[in-house]
Amino acid sequence: MATKRTLLKEIITNRILFIMLLPTIAFFLINSYVPMVGVYYAFTKFDFKRSLFNSEFVGLQNFEFLWKSGILTKLTLNTLGYNLAFIIIGNVLAIVTAILLSELRIKWFKKLTQSIMFLPYFISFVILSVIVYNVFSYENGFLNTLLKSLSIEPVDVYNTPWAWVILIVLFYIWKNLGYSMIIYLAAITGISDEYYEAAKIDGANIFQRTWYITVPMLKPTFVVLLLFALGSIMKGQFDLFYQLIGNNGVLYNATDILDTYVYRSLKVTFDIGMASSAGLYQSLFGFVLVVTVNYIIRKVNEDYALF
Amino acid sequence: MKIKDEKYTGLFHSIAYTVILLATIACLFPFILVISASFTQNDSIVKDGFHLIPKVFSLEGYRLVFRFPEHILNAYGVTVLTTVVGTLLGLLFITMAGYVLQRKDFQYRNAFSFFIYFTTLFGGGLVPWYIMMTKYLNLMDTYTVLIFPGLMTPFLIILMKNFIRSAVPDEIIESAKIDGANDFKIYYRIVLQLSMPGIATVGLFLALAYWNDWFLSSLFINKQDMYQLQFYLYNVINTIQFITQMGAGTGVSLGGDIPTESTKMAMAIIATGPIVFLYPFVQRYFVKGLTIGAVKG
Repeated sequence: MATKRTLLKEIITNRILFIMLLPTIAFFLINSYVPMVGVYYAFTKFDFKRSLFNSEFVGLQNFEFLWKSGILTKLTLNTLGYNLAFIIIGNVLAIVTAILLSELRIKWFKKLTQSIMFLPYFISFVILSVIVYNVFSYENGFLNTLLKSLSIEPVDVYNTPWAWVILIVLFYIWKNLGYSMIIYLAAITGISDEYYEAAKIDGANIFQRTWYITVPMLKPTFVVLLLFALGSIMKGQFDLFYQLIGNNGVLYNATDILDTYVYRSLKVTFDIGMASSAGLYQSLFGFVLVVTVNYIIRKVNEDYALF
Repeated sequence: MKIKDEKYTGLFHSIAYTVILLATIACLFPFILVISASFTQNDSIVKDGFHLIPKVFSLEGYRLVFRFPEHILNAYGVTVLTTVVGTLLGLLFITMAGYVLQRKDFQYRNAFSFFIYFTTLFGGGLVPWYIMMTKYLNLMDTYTVLIFPGLMTPFLIILMKNFIRSAVPDEIIESAKIDGANDFKIYYRIVLQLSMPGIATVGLFLALAYWNDWFLSSLFINKQDMYQLQFYLYNVINTIQFITQMGAGTGVSLGGDIPTESTKMAMAIIATGPIVFLYPFVQRYFVKGLTIGAVKG
């Protein structure tokens, strides 16, 4: 390799490449880096008439409130809990369905089922909320219609917080299963047939071949997806939660996550100070988490480290 | 030994077919429910609830939506415009970035990659971003604010970069350079031609995100005639809910003459339509693009 050119010289040599990259650099500067200056809002008493650095500095007061009221603990636990459930259950089911699908021999059936399972990924979360309402509405929902026809008392799902813990995970999986399944399916296709042939000669049956060849061969894909998901473990599926729960306060204890709290503070209760502190907390906590996890992974197996 | 092996294989296959069939039904079932409801007479829904097959067939839901078509056509227009412009612009920027970032002779490519990747690790949060958009950039009620934030994501750039790296061999770029093509010409004439599955994949991701977006409208749009389709739907649903609840509370049936339930379902079908129909056409590319970009990268 040639000696490293200075940035200026490099810009002159590769000016066309730099111009082509410029929109992207500008985009991330404006959309991501400039707002980072605004984390200062978290330490101020917000006043829309004043500019950022003229706002009254209140130190850690906003954080203190969030912490003492117990909101922060609740939101953190909910966010982490839901995300862990999404990651673990989602990946396990995706692996299982991908393995089963890859063994199907009837071509059209395989193609058709794969396409249909991918369909939910395409609908918006607003539509998802319509679907959920369609099934679980107290008055007309499909579930209650079914229960009534069996002479069982109808259930009021929209006033039952614990039910949403299950429903949110369920519908997350419903929407994303087809997508993650395709990624695993691609990884399975990449496994060389020689392994299976050799195992067959040694007398391994199809269950053993799956367990001792396919599953271990999917480990790298699983680890990569897992790490990617861990990177955003403090952010989570705002659309899903907001569209399913909305402003139904009855369900907040079981279903409020950091994203929904920040959004509500900004747009519904207009508590800008709280919103920006909770947002900054979310970013920092997530950042520390990712860096720590990455550090541990680097120690265990450097190939898997994110950065 | 051979017989036993076949028995296991048979068992495995019956499990596979059963599970996949059940999963497919589970994925399809809610769609059928909504489609059915959209073709059901409203009174029938109120009296007997939602069913898999319409109890009393009716088009009144669709009829109501199209009796005053201005609003929904408006929302459609906004969404089509943002989807088309956003997807094309996004594709242009993402393919250029992906191409530049995988060029081995582009020094500092790792630094720029990290510059992009870092934004997934840390951010200022929603509030500073919102204040910047509204107060400093004055983007309230503009088309810019509906298009700009969705133009690219680090994930899509990485996907594109990986795809180009595996689809376009370095030698081709090298020999084109020797032939005197400049960097943009190489991108335009060679890289774009060879990266169709990757472009289709990223394009579908972008189009899907724009089409399904309601969040930007909810944050930045106050003018009703600039609502995106999904946000318009969201508002209609909430208004209907509100009217029904008010009616139930006061004993006066405010929504009495309006087929609220079937209208809601008809709206949902109308708002989903195009993007689902797009899928079969790009599916072939999509699976290939995702495979190469996300798995092998």
